[in-house]
Amino acid sequence: MSVDTAQPTKDDARTTRRKPRRRSTKDRLVIATMIAVPTALVVWLVWLPALASVGLSFTRWNGFRLENIEWVGTQNYRDITTIYPPFWPAIQHNLIWLVFLFVFPTVLGMLLAVVLDREMRGSRFYQTAFYLPVVLSLALVGFIWQLFYSTDQGLINEVFGTRIDWYGDPDINLWAVLVATAWRHTGYIMLIYLAGLKGVDGSLREAAAVDGANEVKTFFNIIFPVMRPINLIVLVIVVIESLRAFDLVWIVNKGRNGLELISALVSQNVIGEATRFGFGSALAVIMMVISSVFITVYLRIVFTQDQEEK
Amino acid sequence: MSGSRPTPSTTIPASFAATRGWTRRNMLIASGLGLGGAALLGGCGGGDSSGSGASAEPGAVRFGVNEARGSGPAFQRNEAMANAYAAAQGVEVTLNAVDHNTFQESINTYLQGTPDDVFTWFAGYRMSQFAENGLISDVSDLWPVDGMGEAFQQASTAPDGNQYFMPAGYYPWAVFYRKSVFEENGWTAPESADDFDALLQDMDGKGITPFAFAAKDAWAPMGTFDILNMRLNGYDFHMQLTKGEQAWDSPEVRQVFERWAQLLPYHQQNALGRTWQEAATSMANGDCGMYLLGTFVVDGVADVADDLDFFTFPALDDTIGNDALDAPIDGFCVAAGSDNQAAAKAFLQFLGTAEAADAANSEADAPMIAANSNASTEAYGALQKKSAEVVQQASSIAQFLDRDTNADLANTVITAALQDFIRTPDRIDEITTSIQQQAQSILGTS
Repeated sequence: MSVDTAQPTKDDARTTRRKPRRRSTKDRLVIATMIAVPTALVVWLVWLPALASVGLSFTRWNGFRLENIEWVGTQNYRDITTIYPPFWPAIQHNLIWLVFLFVFPTVLGMLLAVVLDREMRGSRFYQTAFYLPVVLSLALVGFIWQLFYSTDQGLINEVFGTRIDWYGDPDINLWAVLVATAWRHTGYIMLIYLAGLKGVDGSLREAAAVDGANEVKTFFNIIFPVMRPINLIVLVIVVIESLRAFDLVWIVNKGRNGLELISALVSQNVIGEATRFGFGSALAVIMMVISSVFITVYLRIVFTQDQEEK
Repeated sequence: MSGSRPTPSTTIPASFAATRGWTRRNMLIASGLGLGGAALLGGCGGGDSSGSGASAEPGAVRFGVNEARGSGPAFQRNEAMANAYAAAQGVEVTLNAVDHNTFQESINTYLQGTPDDVFTWFAGYRMSQFAENGLISDVSDLWPVDGMGEAFQQASTAPDGNQYFMPAGYYPWAVFYRKSVFEENGWTAPESADDFDALLQDMDGKGITPFAFAAKDAWAPMGTFDILNMRLNGYDFHMQLTKGEQAWDSPEVRQVFERWAQLLPYHQQNALGRTWQEAATSMANGDCGMYLLGTFVVDGVADVADDLDFFTFPALDDTIGNDALDAPIDGFCVAAGSDNQAAAKAFLQFLGTAEAADAANSEADAPMIAANSNASTEAYGALQKKSAEVVQQASSIAQFLDRDTNADLANTVITAALQDFIRTPDRIDEITTSIQQQAQSILGTS
């Protein structure tokens, strides 16, 4: 990104000989620094730890002394997939999370954005109300919803006279947590679409109206396609949010009993009392592989489309 | 469980079982039985064989406390001790008070970074684990401590035979109830298994759920497992199991789960979504008759604290009796990463004195009993006095399942397995088999 400022980057560093161009030594130094520093940071903070995790995932280590690291081959992976009961539920829950976020909060957020974009009375108020949860940390969101969900003292059970164990019943608690997540996520998506809608050229709507398109048609055939960049951003956000989902289940019950997520399993094994760094790393690697699949697919789509357009 | 009590457990693992479990009356007999193999090692501390040889010398110290400022009695007690020391020695004690769960979760990085000189910790496996990995300092030159018996010294001893810990206090796990509720219904504390069954039936018949029960915090149901195991299989088996010398899929362990499954209908439903504070409230408002928990239950139901009483879990097998119980010890360690060893040790020494215990007791009511037997019991409430009695009468004392067991096993396997059991009590075979498979993998046994 920093490269953008220095237009034709392709050939400068290597081949000064071809065009002894207008770029001064100073410029080149600046460019080199701007590339080298972020690269070093990325290597140091992202790639080295990632590779170290891969390495550690084949060992058993209690996290205390390096000489305690013991090579165990693929045992961690074998254990995870065979005798570690929370693993398969965790994979399943992560996928449910992803699909759910795509289907409900995203669509709802888009709908809210379209409605609020019409400048009806009090729309500022609604905007604020819907966006408010986004400002709260997920930890706080978890706590707020605990007040609704508590079996004995929670609002929902009080109002409806039920005795449902929202956070404790493993058949329900994932959905209860997803609703809480959606409460927050909807506002986020809404705001992004709202910004997108405001940016759509008004003349497009007028043109559509002149051509006799109704509102629904206008939205799906004109407005929605125009907002492609926004849609891509939302796509990425949803995927990232669901893969890194963690805070809420950790607050609720540390990711156990129906709320297993890969990220929570990683934490359970390396944070706090437990010191299964090898085992935790193996879980982290699995998570990394899954993420890579999504990221690759996403990048592919983006690049192919960009090329097609050019 | 924020803002609450020293979660008894989230914390502590411990393992070397024998070491940790200490026996009071039968100390000698116990070690004679081999129960205390480690105990024998324990005795021979003394020399400061390991690196940090500095002798105690008062000076300014930093004190890491695992309770947030203003979070309640537990913090106030630590603060009171720090203030008393500062006043007596004329040195500065800087408190670093951290929220309980945060402190527990970051303990590994904390100790390997720049830890405070002295910090709050627990006897048990985790103390030993830190000792083995050189993260806490050998303080055997401070032992023996005046007013602390051999049992405490043993509980402060790592497998290398040196002491690394200074006990502050302890609290028993027992069955709590409201005196007024029991009186009203003509109930009395059960003395035998038959009494116990009759009491459960009667409560159930009167529409009162016999046991309040919470398992949202995964450590909470460990208390029930511990007591059933010690009642059905005895203390020795319990300690061997936590040490990894007995299998989790053995008939003995299955028997514990089977008995527990029979008792589950007498427990509050929906336990997996309930915190111990909520369960305590159910007992306080009379929905439930009893609650098996540590004495810190008082913090959850302060309004009716005066009406609370407790009994130790009755014998379920007469050949085994009921003289074993969980009574975890809390205390302090010196961080090896501190470059202030002399001052840290001086402060640690003070923390083990009766004077420190008195300072804490006079500052805040807490359901702890001072480890130092010279401490004044005047400030004790009725519950504390009774706790002290009960613990003194017990012949064998365990720390707690997750303080006695390998931390990896306790925190990543047993927690989930117990919750699994509570959800589906008919899957005992699968659950115990799964624990054992994972235990073998973690402990490296086969």
